[in-house]
Amino acid sequence: MTPVLDIDDLRITYHGSRGPIPAVRGVSLTLDPGETLGLAGESGCGKSTLAAAVLRLLPPGTEVTGRILLDGEDVLTMGWGRLRAVRWARASIVFQGAMHSLNPVQRIVRQIAEPIVLHEGVERAAAEDRAVELMAAVGLPAWRAKSYPHELSGGQRQRVMIAMALACSPDLIIADEATTALDVMIQAQVLRLLKSLVAERSIALVMISHDLSVLTDTCERLAVMYAGRLVEYGPAHEVFTTARHPYSEGLAGAFPTVGDTAARRRPRGLPGDPPDPAALPGGCPFHPRCPVALDACATTDVTLLDVRPGWRAACLRVPATKEADV
Amino acid sequence: MTQAVVPVTEPLLSCRDLGVRFRAPGGRTARAVDGVNLELRPGEILALAGESGCGKTTLARTLLGLERPTAGEVFFRGRPLGYRGKDLKAYRREAQLVLQDPTGALNPRHTVYEAVAEGLRIHGLHHDERERVADALSRAGLRPAEKFFMAYPHELSGGQRQRVVIAGALVLDPTVIIADEPVASLDASVRGEILALLLRLRDELGLSAVVVTHDLGLAWNIADRIAVMYLGRIVEYGDVDEVLTRPRHPYTRALVSILPDSPVGEPQILTGEPPDATQVPGGCRFHPRCPALRDGSAAAVADDCRRTRLPVLGEPGVACHLRARPA
Repeated sequence: MTPVLDIDDLRITYHGSRGPIPAVRGVSLTLDPGETLGLAGESGCGKSTLAAAVLRLLPPGTEVTGRILLDGEDVLTMGWGRLRAVRWARASIVFQGAMHSLNPVQRIVRQIAEPIVLHEGVERAAAEDRAVELMAAVGLPAWRAKSYPHELSGGQRQRVMIAMALACSPDLIIADEATTALDVMIQAQVLRLLKSLVAERSIALVMISHDLSVLTDTCERLAVMYAGRLVEYGPAHEVFTTARHPYSEGLAGAFPTVGDTAARRRPRGLPGDPPDPAALPGGCPFHPRCPVALDACATTDVTLLDVRPGWRAACLRVPATKEADV
Repeated sequence: MTQAVVPVTEPLLSCRDLGVRFRAPGGRTARAVDGVNLELRPGEILALAGESGCGKTTLARTLLGLERPTAGEVFFRGRPLGYRGKDLKAYRREAQLVLQDPTGALNPRHTVYEAVAEGLRIHGLHHDERERVADALSRAGLRPAEKFFMAYPHELSGGQRQRVVIAGALVLDPTVIIADEPVASLDASVRGEILALLLRLRDELGLSAVVVTHDLGLAWNIADRIAVMYLGRIVEYGDVDEVLTRPRHPYTRALVSILPDSPVGEPQILTGEPPDATQVPGGCRFHPRCPALRDGSAAAVADDCRRTRLPVLGEPGVACHLRARPA
């Protein structure tokens, strides 16, 4: 089976006035059809850069090496014509502020139909019929079809964006903080919707967020990024509850489980701040903030080690904790 | 565990029958806060929770005297809050606001020292300025304080900026801090440290706090009591351990149910959009979205839910027709 997405040793460097900024420093991952992956990390960890690279949406002048295969096809060497055909049709992205990118003077049914007309060459009327079906799928009533974006709430507009992302039946949807700006209850509505739609249509999903608990609720697997690399990669629930990398553990602890007496009046976090990508610490880039760092961590650049098949963590302590568990 | 010792005493800050109305476009009136009774005890951390538009921020601003109530009163140490410039200025030394977004709250052209010293200067406290600023910074966890004096906000991380904002509030030795989503704009791993700081300030300085948040996990992390708001009213009010593990109001229940690994059963996702404060439904204001009414478990009181207004909660409890009936 050809993976939907196959990323191999991806490295992305921005060249700004401050000199080169390595945003992604060697990430490899694959996603099978219908698989759901949560990509977690904080500002500056490279998660959004990684997402944008999949459809080559990075600013000109950005240095990209490695390989990104979409349904087996190399995105980095694709011609522009082919790339345009692939966007929306093979893979689509929903960004955090996507709801603000709707055209304010066009009715929403027309905007949802737009990619269908462009990519499939169907008549506008037929495309608009499909757009109304998509609206129903995302829980927007048909009478909303003739509405303009300003007549919709934020949650409804974000649903319009999800409908657009689904319009050309892509194999992959990337949702980059797609629900972060929404209210908790609306977020729960949109997440449940997204989860059922991708399951129904066997669409692979990469969901990006800083909120591990949301990702764990929605995705089968979890990848945690820090300083441009994956530091942990494994089954979502296990990574969330028994993380092997101290950073994943810290990130998971930042979102307490209500009812967990260990977290009551005991907020947990990590000392310090996420590192500046332009000035990463040597050795393991997490060692200055790590509560359990060893002397060797300051000098050893650790790569992903096997915790067990399908679960890896980039921490020197991994073999030890593994034995302790057995 | 640091257990809050809260003896039964006079409330430090309270409000009675508080209402705040705004003019909305189209000649309509938004009832942002529509009948609220609340008490903040000395040394207590109280969470005000609810979805956006529920009135929690307006309530917090009114408690601070930044908004004038259109009904009811705010009391500080048992005395009604005055709204003359002089009264408010005096109150400002006692009650300080910490805003959500530290980047927006700090003037980019002021150094950390100037940002923290501003409050002292406004109040004409020129004596020992340097010591007071250093003291506030180190209490906010920026140590050694002198190292930060000449820094500008852009040279600091998000967590450090929020500490500067907190130091600016602490420099006047207030008794109450009102924090509006104090960690919402911070990176996840940094949140814990800022929340721990708020707890420490309570434990060490006896500072009381009202924390406005949509995040029930945050309330679980630091608050003693919680007031859950819906459409300008408090619908459930009580100890965090009680309200969040055994929520009684159907709205609180729904909010808790959608949390990961929730202490209450199946997720109950409310349909529809957050309500509109210019169109408050009659009867119980939650009835159009109430899951208990929808699934029939509130059938016995359904008429009341649709028609009979609920009294304003006067003390910890639940504003719900279903719960008002003896079982």
